[in-house]
Amino acid sequence: MNTSLRNNQNVVLAAAAGCLLLAGTALAFYWVPNAPIEGFRQRIFYFHVPIALTAYACFGWAAWKALRLLWTRERRYDLESYTAVHMGVIFGILTLVTGSIWARTSWGHWWVWGSRQLVLFLVLFLFYAAYFMLRYSVEPGPRRANMSAVYALFGVALIPISFLAIRLAEDLVHPVVFTHDVQSKLTGSQLLTFLVCLVGMLSLAGSLYVNELTGKRLDARLRELREALQ
Amino acid sequence: MSTAEKYVTAAYLVVLAVVLLYVVLYAFKLGRLEREVAELAELARRREAERKQAA
Amino acid sequence: MTFLGDVLVLARKDLLLELRSRDTVPAMLLFVVSTLVVFHFALPSDASATAETGLLWVALLFTALLGLVRAFVAEREERILDGLVLAPCDRSAIWLGKVIGVMAFLVAAEVVALPAYALFFRPVGWELVAAVALADVGLAAVGTLLAAMAAAGRARELLLPLLFLPLVIPIVVGGVGASATDDPGRYLAFLGLYDAVFAILSWASFEYVVTE
Repeated sequence: MNTSLRNNQNVVLAAAAGCLLLAGTALAFYWVPNAPIEGFRQRIFYFHVPIALTAYACFGWAAWKALRLLWTRERRYDLESYTAVHMGVIFGILTLVTGSIWARTSWGHWWVWGSRQLVLFLVLFLFYAAYFMLRYSVEPGPRRANMSAVYALFGVALIPISFLAIRLAEDLVHPVVFTHDVQSKLTGSQLLTFLVCLVGMLSLAGSLYVNELTGKRLDARLRELREALQ
Repeated sequence: MSTAEKYVTAAYLVVLAVVLLYVVLYAFKLGRLEREVAELAELARRREAERKQAA
Repeated sequence: MTFLGDVLVLARKDLLLELRSRDTVPAMLLFVVSTLVVFHFALPSDASATAETGLLWVALLFTALLGLVRAFVAEREERILDGLVLAPCDRSAIWLGKVIGVMAFLVAAEVVALPAYALFFRPVGWELVAAVALADVGLAAVGTLLAAMAAAGRARELLLPLLFLPLVIPIVVGGVGASATDDPGRYLAFLGLYDAVFAILSWASFEYVVTE
């Protein structure tokens, strides 16, 4: 993909992210009415859940690129998969932090084992953090690319299995299950605010992704150049 | 500001802070890339000069 | 040679190597018993069944790690893996052969660990044995793949636990659930699901992990 096309993509994504998130934040703070049960603190939902969904999207994207790498053996998919995991981890950390703040204001603790979402993200965070350990300890090359791709695919398999495990563990360890009182159907204004924030977060992730990818590609090219010159 | 409002604002501010932190880190990375490019350009120029001398 | 033939040859090689050198399994046995003793001192006297079972599973996990780190050490030292990869056999035969070897080591360790647990803590029921058997499949399948990955890197003894532990959290849940609740069937079924999913994934992707 040539650089000018990627630059255009980047500008569009960044602009979209900026506008949408600004609008979304304004909507979430000023326009949307208070949730009936939780009250004001429910508004964290408008950032927390889009961030979580974006993290899942990043991991899914990473797995897709990983699959393409294993299928076609084209080297560029390795960097793309790596960058997607990188973005996923950033948004994963954000999910954990916003979720922790929400837990603190809802139930008084910064961490609750009873919250399925939080525990799942913790496990995923550990898994994908190990991804970086793997990459750092293996020499760059096709072998490392293959291994990273396989690991990224294991990640998406782990998501549903971990979720099941966490659900099963609840009956075991008997913590009080903490769920937020999110009504099953969002009202019109809530839905709009949520969607604006969701698309905004996805655009943010996309913009960061394109940026990061360019940086990583530059890194790789410069390394090649250095080797060619020495 | 009630405590609920404080926490909600904190959550939104954390997101902003992380994104800004990313921008700062990226600025450092760009600085490093620029330095590397300058270094490699110098290397290439020197190679070119040596080649001209040898020829 | 047929696929199954390759697998059996490779498994036999690992088992014979172990029988001759006798370094991995005795270490695993000693490790698991020592860990159980340590856990006795770590638990209060009125510890619940769940706590004691949980610690047994932790001990089994780390014993498996011990065995797995060794699984590819010899390979690396003598470049056997490269040779095997060049051989005209299906790469996943290497994986399956290794898995059989690792499971054999695990079973050997558990033959000592479970009676030790029954002696030190509480009696072992059929559900625990079934759970351990199912868990062994998952641990060996996933562990062999990850050990092959870690073996290619630098700090492989450090890397393998980091890769391994998040992936096997579901096994711990399934194992403890099967042995400490009233409804072991559900947890055993979950272990079966984990085994199916990750064994198939590991089988399919081993080829990519060991080749360029």
